[in-house]
Amino acid sequence: MNRVTIFSICASAGFLLYILEMVRRRKLREEYSILWLFGSAVILVLSLKKDWLDGLAHTVGIVYPPSFLFLVGILFILLILIHFSIAISKLHQMNKKMAQEIALMKEKTMGGTPGDPSIGP
Amino acid sequence: MEIQPDSPIVIIPAYQEERSIGRLVRSLRERYPYDVLVVNDGSTDRTSETAREAGAIVLDLPCNLGIGGAVQTGFLYARNRGYDVVVRIDGDGQHEVEDIPKVLEPILAGRADAVIGSRFLGETEYRGSIPRIFGIRFFRLLVNVTTGYRVTDPTSGFFAINRRLVAFYSDHYPSDYPEVDAYILMRRLKARTVEVPVRMYVRTEGKSSITAFRAVYYMVKVTLSYLINCIRRFG
Repeated sequence: MNRVTIFSICASAGFLLYILEMVRRRKLREEYSILWLFGSAVILVLSLKKDWLDGLAHTVGIVYPPSFLFLVGILFILLILIHFSIAISKLHQMNKKMAQEIALMKEKTMGGTPGDPSIGP
Repeated sequence: MEIQPDSPIVIIPAYQEERSIGRLVRSLRERYPYDVLVVNDGSTDRTSETAREAGAIVLDLPCNLGIGGAVQTGFLYARNRGYDVVVRIDGDGQHEVEDIPKVLEPILAGRADAVIGSRFLGETEYRGSIPRIFGIRFFRLLVNVTTGYRVTDPTSGFFAINRRLVAFYSDHYPSDYPEVDAYILMRRLKARTVEVPVRMYVRTEGKSSITAFRAVYYMVKVTLSYLINCIRRFG
């Protein structure tokens, strides 16, 4: 095994363990860990099985197999970022609804009382 | 508070409008028997107190949601409390309070679902800046081509809508710059829209929500949001 293979294996295995640990400690929700776990597992497998990497790279017409690894990595990062944008949009929507509900409820419970010191920013 | 059938409510979204909101609410309360609702969009000044003292119902949003989110809060209130007609005007004194009956009349007569006050119909004294006029022309073209409505003032925030649109907007109202987008929603609902001439003034206090710096961003964003609304499903 050459040095780059060893490095790649260590890095992806370490990353995989780190994600698992974060999920175990409940610092990362399972929902958000799936893509990370899947991505690091794929990269780990491709680092271990060099002939699979070569075969796959060849199939899609990439001459230099390690760049296939980069491609896979970048695609996962893109997927994860899109996933985050969606999650943020969802949170944004929920946040808006909650703010609206709070405003409506405050009016209902304290309506008419002037100068209510609202929750500061 | 007893709500009469066909009772309108005037909704005013307000952010940092302490200098103009009191006068506006008072002049509305003096002239009309309608409830006045100020949606305070997370202002840090005395907008909320001033509006309340002037006789408005006030909804205080805990954080700044932007104009669309604030107006939608007003629609939710109107829907929950069973108001039949909503008039929406700006909180900065841009819109002429005396023109409210003109905006209400076609709805109360059952001739329209939405009445939009246009600063360009009839004799107009409106003088906007060149980028603003350009933006308005651009959106006018966009709306007219895609909806078939004949619109002269697509960014007007002075309008009245009936119960059906209030209910729909309570669930689906665009967040940032909602007026242009609203035309797509109205088209989807096959709403009958009418424009009436109203007077608008250049702002007396505070700053417009659209600064020159943001004009391009505004146009791109509204266009994108508008085109996406054309192909979106509303459940």
